Amino acid sequence: MSFDAIFAPLSEPMVFGTFIGIVVASLAVVIGLTYFKKWGWLYSEWLTTVDHKRIGVMYIFVAIIMLFRGGVDALLMRAQTAIPENGLLNSAHYNEIFTTHGLLMILFVAMPFVIGLMNVAVPLQIGARDVAFPRLNLLSFWLTVAGAILINVSFIFGGSPNAGWTGYFPLSGPEYNPGVGNNYYAWSIQISGFGTLMTGINFITTIMKMRAPGMTLMKMPMFTWSILITSLIITCAFPVITVTMAMMTLDRQFGTKFFAMSDGGMDMLYANLFWVWGHPEVYIVILPAFGIFSEVIATFSRKNLFGYGSMVAAMVVISTLAFLVWAHHFYTMGHGVLTNGVFSITTMLIAVPTGVKIFNWLLTMRHGKISFTTPMLYALGFIPIFTIGGVTGVMLAMASADYQYHNTLFLVAHFHYVLIPGTVFALFAGYHYWWPLIWGFRLNEKLGKAAFWVMAISFNVAFFPMFILGLDGYARRMYTYSAATGYGPLSMVSFIGALGLAVSFILVAYNIYYSFRYAKREGSDPWDARSLEWCVHTPAPNYNFAVIPTVTRLDEFWFAKKEGRDLQAGKIEDIHMPNNSQSAFWQGIAMTAWGFFFVWAEWIPAAIFLVITLAFMLYRSFQKDDGYHIHVAEIEETERRYDENGGLRGAK
Amino acid sequence: MAELFPKEHVVGFIGSLVLTFAALSVVWLDVSMVVGMIILLVTALIQAAVQLMLFMHIGETDDKVDIWVATLFAFGIGIVTIIGSLLAMVWGY
Repeated sequence: MSFDAIFAPLSEPMVFGTFIGIVVASLAVVIGLTYFKKWGWLYSEWLTTVDHKRIGVMYIFVAIIMLFRGGVDALLMRAQTAIPENGLLNSAHYNEIFTTHGLLMILFVAMPFVIGLMNVAVPLQIGARDVAFPRLNLLSFWLTVAGAILINVSFIFGGSPNAGWTGYFPLSGPEYNPGVGNNYYAWSIQISGFGTLMTGINFITTIMKMRAPGMTLMKMPMFTWSILITSLIITCAFPVITVTMAMMTLDRQFGTKFFAMSDGGMDMLYANLFWVWGHPEVYIVILPAFGIFSEVIATFSRKNLFGYGSMVAAMVVISTLAFLVWAHHFYTMGHGVLTNGVFSITTMLIAVPTGVKIFNWLLTMRHGKISFTTPMLYALGFIPIFTIGGVTGVMLAMASADYQYHNTLFLVAHFHYVLIPGTVFALFAGYHYWWPLIWGFRLNEKLGKAAFWVMAISFNVAFFPMFILGLDGYARRMYTYSAATGYGPLSMVSFIGALGLAVSFILVAYNIYYSFRYAKREGSDPWDARSLEWCVHTPAPNYNFAVIPTVTRLDEFWFAKKEGRDLQAGKIEDIHMPNNSQSAFWQGIAMTAWGFFFVWAEWIPAAIFLVITLAFMLYRSFQKDDGYHIHVAEIEETERRYDENGGLRGAK
Repeated sequence: MAELFPKEHVVGFIGSLVLTFAALSVVWLDVSMVVGMIILLVTALIQAAVQLMLFMHIGETDDKVDIWVATLFAFGIGIVTIIGSLLAMVWGY
């Protein structure tokens, strides 16, 4: 590893400028923390916490930072292609940017945001005090951060991956891609994938084992159901990507030939394995979104969810169908008619359970008393836009027609029409909806609604032209085109839409600052909601429930409110809590370093950090730490303060 | 004393060793591809059952139905993945 190779990307002015910007921003954070003497607070209250709510907040924080990074990538791409023969980015740089854009948006925006919201809401929704394995949860978080760090340092240290977010062989193989870029790709997915897999197991256990007394599976809130199914899909799908990335690493760094074009290797086997994971991954980010919309639509229509049983059945069916359709991502690879036919049919089948859900939401709203809050606006915007995405999906599902659409901007428009309303709108809906649970006040509604409208309109301006461009034959991932193609005007429209999306991001970010500064502190349950998470004081105390409520029916909290019952009435007892975990944090740091040195094939430091990682696991195996108890007097004091201040922690 | 002796663990331990060596024999013995594959598949399935039932004790607790449903779901997904991959990569190519 020579310094010239490590810092080679810095010779490009744009990368150098960004690097300087990151250094300055990091220095500002370090100086700020030191000046305000916040290091100890940061370390003990946040970085090593095992409180599921705080881990959730950290996940969402990481997701928003990564959304900024991925959004800048997107803006650069749209700026480069806004006019024909543009010279803003060269082709190599453009390749790196579309690769990291896809990778970041799926794995380090959608995933951490989903996992963040499930951390915040699921234990509260089922009446639990934490997840089943709180420390494993913290370790999962730090492994996600490790993956995010690896992919983000790549553009400064040695170059980013550049073979697309799918990283298909042979392009990403050692012959065509000798640099370190795609090693970063493999290790970033690998390490964050460990974390996600552990999260999946953690949440299955939590939901199966830690529900409040009386809450049978069919009395669970819909979001919790969606997370149970999501976790099941995670647990079945992520081992595939772990093995695939291990094989990629072996091919790239140890000379094996799994995916090589010679010596009995099979390059398209990579595409096959990637999508065996990749398609379920789509459902991993979309099912929680369905859960969030179910909560939001029921709450703001003031009605119970229509067709609860069919909603659950639809998700169970999707969990199986998700594993039956992956080959539709490479119809044009050259399979026979039978193979493409089988996968076409399974793909179209998925529209059935999804359609059931859409109709259930519409019927939930029917005769409802709808209040147009920010989360509800996102839910309402989702339905028509997502339907366009779904319908174009059925078009793409027809294998013979797909030969025309494949790898054009039509496809790019389709999956953005699914993922942005489906996932991004849902995540922002959930983020606005559950925000008061953590902070005790709502985000500003005016700014929130403004952000929604700018986002929804700009999104259509940015992506609708791509359907037309795609049908005109504009291939994805082209870094430029000639004026004679006629792609110029619509590409410019798309760029303007991208600028609008940037404005909506700024509004969302500004809303955080504005609301922290000016929002009125409110008591519990500001939305007049239905499910159990809202019966705790807000901001939720670290033990969540002073007394674990007993559940007799779906939407227990709603009926308790109507009947004037206090769900947390009962005798307060000592609460057993887990201690913070320093080793999870340091193990995450060690695994970041391990991944970094492995990427550079520096075996001695890589081995050292591997040993350190194993040492942390050994230490944890023999660690005797039974946690601590919060005593009755302290709980009563906390609860009393909440009651006096209308549900506010430490308010004066 | 008989209850204290971990019979299942010992049986499982010896069984897993025997199965491992039986699978390894494919390398040493000069058998045809088909016979080798059959040996590997059969020993792998028995090995998985030994691990799950004798070491991880699934089926001994109250939630055994949940565990078996989840295990069979995962097993089904595995089978579908293998058959689908063969369909996409070998048979239908």
